[in-house]
Amino acid sequence: MADRITGAQALIRALEHEDVEVMFGYPGGCILPAYDPLLESSIRHVLVRHEQGAGHMAEGYAHVTGKPGVAMVTSGPAATNLVTPLMDAYMDSIPMVAITGQVPTKAIGSDAFQECDTVGITRSCTKHNDLVLSPDDIPMAVRQAFHIARTGRPGPTLIDVPKDVLQNEMTWHWPSDADVLAALPGYRPTVRGHARMIKEAAKLILESERPVIYAGGGILKARAADALRELAELTDVYVVTTLMARGAFPDSHPLCLGMPGMHGNATAVTSFQKCDLLIALGSRFDDRITGKVDQFAQGAKVIHVDIDPAEQGKVRRPDVPIVGDARLVIEEIVKEIRALLAGGTAQADTSAWKSKVSGWKEQFPMTYEPSEPGGELKPQYCIEQLRDHAPPGTIVASGVGQHQMYASQYWHFEEPYTWVNSGGLGTMGFSIPAAIGAKAAMPDRTVWAIDGDGCFQMTAQELVTATLEKLPIKVALLNNSYLGMVRQWQEMFYDERYSEVFLDSSTVPDFVMWAESMGCAAFRVESPEEVGPTIEKANAINDRTVVIEFRTDAAEGVFPMVPAGHSNDDVILHPTQQDKRENLR
Amino acid sequence: MTHSNPYGTGVTHHILSVLVQDRPGVLARVAGLFARRGYNIYSLAVAPAEDVGMSRITIVVDVESTPLEQITKQLFKLIDVVKISELDPRRSVERELLIATVKAGADARSHIADLVNIFEGKIIAVSEQVLTVSLDGHPDKLDDFVELIGGYGIVELQRTGRVALPKLDRGARLRAVNPTGKVG
Repeated sequence: MADRITGAQALIRALEHEDVEVMFGYPGGCILPAYDPLLESSIRHVLVRHEQGAGHMAEGYAHVTGKPGVAMVTSGPAATNLVTPLMDAYMDSIPMVAITGQVPTKAIGSDAFQECDTVGITRSCTKHNDLVLSPDDIPMAVRQAFHIARTGRPGPTLIDVPKDVLQNEMTWHWPSDADVLAALPGYRPTVRGHARMIKEAAKLILESERPVIYAGGGILKARAADALRELAELTDVYVVTTLMARGAFPDSHPLCLGMPGMHGNATAVTSFQKCDLLIALGSRFDDRITGKVDQFAQGAKVIHVDIDPAEQGKVRRPDVPIVGDARLVIEEIVKEIRALLAGGTAQADTSAWKSKVSGWKEQFPMTYEPSEPGGELKPQYCIEQLRDHAPPGTIVASGVGQHQMYASQYWHFEEPYTWVNSGGLGTMGFSIPAAIGAKAAMPDRTVWAIDGDGCFQMTAQELVTATLEKLPIKVALLNNSYLGMVRQWQEMFYDERYSEVFLDSSTVPDFVMWAESMGCAAFRVESPEEVGPTIEKANAINDRTVVIEFRTDAAEGVFPMVPAGHSNDDVILHPTQQDKRENLR
Repeated sequence: MTHSNPYGTGVTHHILSVLVQDRPGVLARVAGLFARRGYNIYSLAVAPAEDVGMSRITIVVDVESTPLEQITKQLFKLIDVVKISELDPRRSVERELLIATVKAGADARSHIADLVNIFEGKIIAVSEQVLTVSLDGHPDKLDDFVELIGGYGIVELQRTGRVALPKLDRGARLRAVNPTGKVG
């Protein structure tokens, strides 16, 4: 007998078939029918406090698992509240599936209560979206949404489901892989690299005297960290890991140069400028990396491996473009290099370059001036202490701003999928919900949200979610009472004319009281001596969320810095290193 | 931005014949992509294609401001886009239709009728003071006609935007047909 079920039951069953274990959401009028079968489902639903939180939690979940994160919300304002996380996921190529309720099909276009043109609004912030007009189409819509979200260059997809489509009956069916492909004749991502280009890349790598690998977020998306390490070790080539690729290559590895870009370390930044071969693997020549494009890596040939053909030549014309999955392509390049070496081809002498770069590493480490006795607390010191007290495998999620840069600069990332941040969109308020999403995926890991006082006030209400859903995260709130990064720009580029950046967050709110009111344990730290012991206290609490508010020095700035639009050659070093800058030539 | 115009200098526009799945919102996706990325469209025509469930969108794009390669690659990222044929204007046949209502008092009427004849157009409606004429052909021919008829006073004018297919010779056809449905 045919299996007649409602569209709502089909939707939940389809999510179960896609192996969804956790979803993040918030019910409301039009999505109500879908919440009923959820009561009998194996899927865990995390009830958030704001739909934006659901979206960022889905992203955090996807960051650490590689599986699409799922967010389900109602129509109208709920759908518009999802726009920020969707755009965030789109910019950072995070697989995510959003399900939104919609007014009944007959009411669409009538300006009904809580109606909005969700597919229209989200068209430019999703990889694909779909308005489902019949319950029979639900299984295929769900399969397509997951297929598109996780294949090719991953990204967010959205399914908009009108209320009557959820209420009406359909005959259950589950489309095959072939059905899905047949329905998507225009979607065939290239995963295997072009054989001739791979040979060319291998040859260039062996010929280069000054090579450097520019590893981007695509390494993590393609699960290519092992392949990357094999390539780097085989050829003894330095690896630079972008903000999106922190953890893709261990920071402790002698070949790791760390983060490049606007707030990258001097060695990583300069290695790009001086190399003769830039091996870009799953990276997209973002403006925060290149600085002034026509002065970026001017002497370098470029090998560009990316699964998205549109990234090839978008910013920088590559000498060897390779469209494909980063893991598969790197493995092929490694194979080709081994064959060349076995065939008697010798690798060019990179020793002069290697000693030059290691000289930079020695002379230009990340640095800051420690607090004077009785002086203000340095944010970098807080990060170092958090790092040194963290158990292995700790996941770090950050917001956006100075604290994000300090976290990326001073944490030692040893494993992939331990760093969760908003790179492309730069979404303030990302860290708390993203950390909760990561915790839902990895309940046994310690998850630190590193946040600022501006960010915290954008999404802190999700700590209620963390408490009630028993997803205990830890929050390190670096409170300098300012929008720190904007303040730094006003200090450096607007003659210290501080306009609307003073948040006065040491007066209001009382973060400790606020955190406690949401069920968290909370501490305030004002002096360096308290930092370590308080972190130890926080680490000992595992049954509920902990918030530590660190009162930090507002005058501290993030260095090095390449001012926006400037060449990487103009990198502003930490004031204590400026006198050595000639050595970067 | 890097520039690439595979057809040499002198060509400032290019024609993309885009085969898409005929799904709700597909035109909005294409138009939205052009708007978001700042690509300029000279004209756009859309109609059902030869295959059931498919439509063909003919877009004339400005390749002075944006390299054609970026436009096609970004278009390919749209899931509903199945195939893109890049048509070099010099290796394709282009057609466009124009209808116009023109002021045509007694003294001008025969001149206008002559012009329409010379351009092989048609007079499709007549009233005391105005004529409605139609003309199809290469867009350049339509431009010439509009310029000549303009002196008489155009009341209303509508052009369809161009449609194009590869010429049945040499390179254009080879470039247009791509077995994978995707370039590059």
